[in-house]
Amino acid sequence: MAGKKFSRTWLTPVVAVLVAFAIGAILIYIQGADPLKAYQSLFSHAFGSWSGIAKTLGKATPLVLSGLAVTIGLRAGLFNIGVQGQLVMGAFAAAWAGYFIHGLPIYIHLPVALLFGVAFGAGIGLIAGALKAYRGIHEVITTIMLNSIILALVDYLAGHVFQEPGQILARTPHILPSATIPNIFSMPSGFFFAILLAYGVWWVFQRTTSGFRLETVGRNKSAAWYAGISVKRSVLIAMAVGGGIAGLGGGIESLGVIGRFEPTFNTGLGFDGITIALLGRANPLGVIPGAILIGGMRGAAASMQFDAGVAPEIVDLILALVLFCVTAPFLAKWLKSTEVGAKISSGWGN
Amino acid sequence: MSALLEITNVTKTFPGVVANENISVSVAAGEIVALLGENGAGKSTLVKSVFGMVRPDSGEIRIKGELIAPGDTGGAIARGVGMVHQHFQLVPVMTVTENIILGDEPKRGIFINMKAARAEVIALSEKYGLEVDPDAFVEDLPVGTQQRIEILKALRKDVDLLILDEPTAVLTPQETDELLQVMKNLATSGVGVLFITHKLREVMAVADRVVVLRNGRVAGSTSPRETDEEGLAQLMVGRNVVLQVEKGEAKPEASTLEIKALSVNDDRKHLAVDGLNLEVRAGEIVGVAGVEGNGQRELVEAICGMRPRLSGEVLVSGEATPDMHPHKVHSMGVSHIPEDREKHGLVSSYSIEDNLVLNQFDRDPFAKGWIRNVAALEENATRLVEEFDIRTPSIKTTAGALSGGNKQKVVVARELSQDTRVVIAAQPTRGVDVGSIEFIHNQLIAARDAGAAVLLVSAELDEILSLADRVAVMSGGKIVAILDAKDAERGLVGRLMAGLSA
Repeated sequence: MAGKKFSRTWLTPVVAVLVAFAIGAILIYIQGADPLKAYQSLFSHAFGSWSGIAKTLGKATPLVLSGLAVTIGLRAGLFNIGVQGQLVMGAFAAAWAGYFIHGLPIYIHLPVALLFGVAFGAGIGLIAGALKAYRGIHEVITTIMLNSIILALVDYLAGHVFQEPGQILARTPHILPSATIPNIFSMPSGFFFAILLAYGVWWVFQRTTSGFRLETVGRNKSAAWYAGISVKRSVLIAMAVGGGIAGLGGGIESLGVIGRFEPTFNTGLGFDGITIALLGRANPLGVIPGAILIGGMRGAAASMQFDAGVAPEIVDLILALVLFCVTAPFLAKWLKSTEVGAKISSGWGN
Repeated sequence: MSALLEITNVTKTFPGVVANENISVSVAAGEIVALLGENGAGKSTLVKSVFGMVRPDSGEIRIKGELIAPGDTGGAIARGVGMVHQHFQLVPVMTVTENIILGDEPKRGIFINMKAARAEVIALSEKYGLEVDPDAFVEDLPVGTQQRIEILKALRKDVDLLILDEPTAVLTPQETDELLQVMKNLATSGVGVLFITHKLREVMAVADRVVVLRNGRVAGSTSPRETDEEGLAQLMVGRNVVLQVEKGEAKPEASTLEIKALSVNDDRKHLAVDGLNLEVRAGEIVGVAGVEGNGQRELVEAICGMRPRLSGEVLVSGEATPDMHPHKVHSMGVSHIPEDREKHGLVSSYSIEDNLVLNQFDRDPFAKGWIRNVAALEENATRLVEEFDIRTPSIKTTAGALSGGNKQKVVVARELSQDTRVVIAAQPTRGVDVGSIEFIHNQLIAARDAGAAVLLVSAELDEILSLADRVAVMSGGKIVAILDAKDAERGLVGRLMAGLSA
């Protein structure tokens, strides 16, 4: 019984990925390249060596976190499209704390800098949450708008107010060694932390009253109200926690990979999080394989271009196809159970 | 009389379930045939076969002698079969006329000819004696009138056979009586009527013939002349059902639930409960009888903290309950079986286990601090499934997969299994099969005998009369009379409900 249920749950994402790769192969072939060779190159660079795996896991780290941020929203019945903005805000705040604050030992400076990332990401999430809870504005609208606002804001901050002296690019000064995330055995330690966090989120939904509250709100708001669960509070919590985790992802990226804040990095991490969360069926543990797959493809795209003469944008294209295949049934179901169903029944006024 | 509809030996199996087995039903012109059965007896599957939404495995369906191919979704409609669904398919913001002509509008050029449409609706309404205001907006109309519009919509298409799917589920007793009269008028004018229901009284009142379904088979064919309600009930559930609830004498004690000068608005900000006073003592059932829409829903929601109170208070054992705080009211010992179990009472995608603790999930023993106690949840679910006879393959089954009666048993089990001082039961047996109704009634009586103050709100007058120790008649947002059960005679209560003096 459990096995049957398991296979039915994961059938859609697996099929979605396979279909996307198959269509991708046709497109590579049309480009005049060898799809087998291209995929072979992609996967051997991503997973075929220790250095490749290290790179893949490094790329996967912020993706696990942005996937988790989207997942928490989905569980609570919210579609958090603002993970990109929350992540970038966190990346900036952590980098700022990483170079601006002086004289602290690493075991204080690093956590403080990461907390800056969490707090700013959470703050951005909370704005959208509050607009939803108190003004009834749909989170899809507000988070998309906030994304644009934040991208413009950090561009300005990194290009003017906190720009590295003597630099023409928009970027902050380099962070201090005391705020740098060290590697463990040349593997990015942030990844293991992200895995632990994914497990923690899974456990919260599985075993705690807080998880049950959020999930109940996500599945039936009226029943949640009847059961004494505050829908407003749950919306605020889901958006703040999601934003905080996204901000942490940005912080880890700044402090562990890039070493400063530079707006041109970080692009797309939040949007890949949507694909990953949907691939993972809104299961916090389900984001891990999706993040590793997408992280690997992102990391090895340039090498594939070199080996097989395929434009690296083919990776974007395959990921878009994955999203398309995986959302079609998922979103339909999600929409039906929350938005449409509620509208039809409330239209009757009873 | 030749048959309009002839269903012969239809069998339909779904994986693991035989929904219909060798079912034969026929309806002639001018005849009312009732299709009677519990929830899950196979009534809906049979109707879906007629409309081609389900393909029978074997058997044939003929309309006016013509064979309808399995899966032919247009065939029945083209041959003059109309359907009135249980859930109305009306546009609330449109007028009566607009709703009736929708999909086949009289036109002048590219515009809708509203004048002709309006005249057509008036003519239609006069022809069948179904009174409607062509210019009223549907959302402003009571449910009974909305249903009349549905019927007119179906009749407009030159219907010879009308199928009504549980049409009285949402109606008040008065509206039900009107509908039954409409059905009789239709039959007199030559229309065949197939009436799907699980209510015995209605079958006895209008049907010419009754086909009783049980577990997908025809359990018997009879007519109201040859049997009575007991006989029908026995056919329907396959055993003797006590229709008259057996209960001992109430031993009421101190007043437990006190409602003082309570005023509440409805969703449209109109006063729905108007300075209402009511007391329910420990160990008694007070039934609130009233035509639906006289403030009963608002009263229940205000008591339970789910709707803001304008003024007045609600006391439980002398202690004031908070406004707009369902959880606190609940933890003061007020159990609430909500009117709309799908919306408020259950999370249909949750397991039975989780639904059984929906409003207690954070209390001992179901949670130790922040962490949910899985063992206690399973123990609780296993015990309640057994105790409340919830028919389910497992406690992990989602509530949405259960039949209406079993869903309601999940709600009842959750609400009555706790230490409770007050039970608020709103429409506790709506859409529930006869076997479950009997069970739920007995549970309410058991709660009373255990010392709870029970407030029963129901649109089923029979339910009130058979369960209540005192009957409070509600009209226009006030309690207009309180009668002892022995004085509450059907006709008298009906007159009081209608706002007439006794």
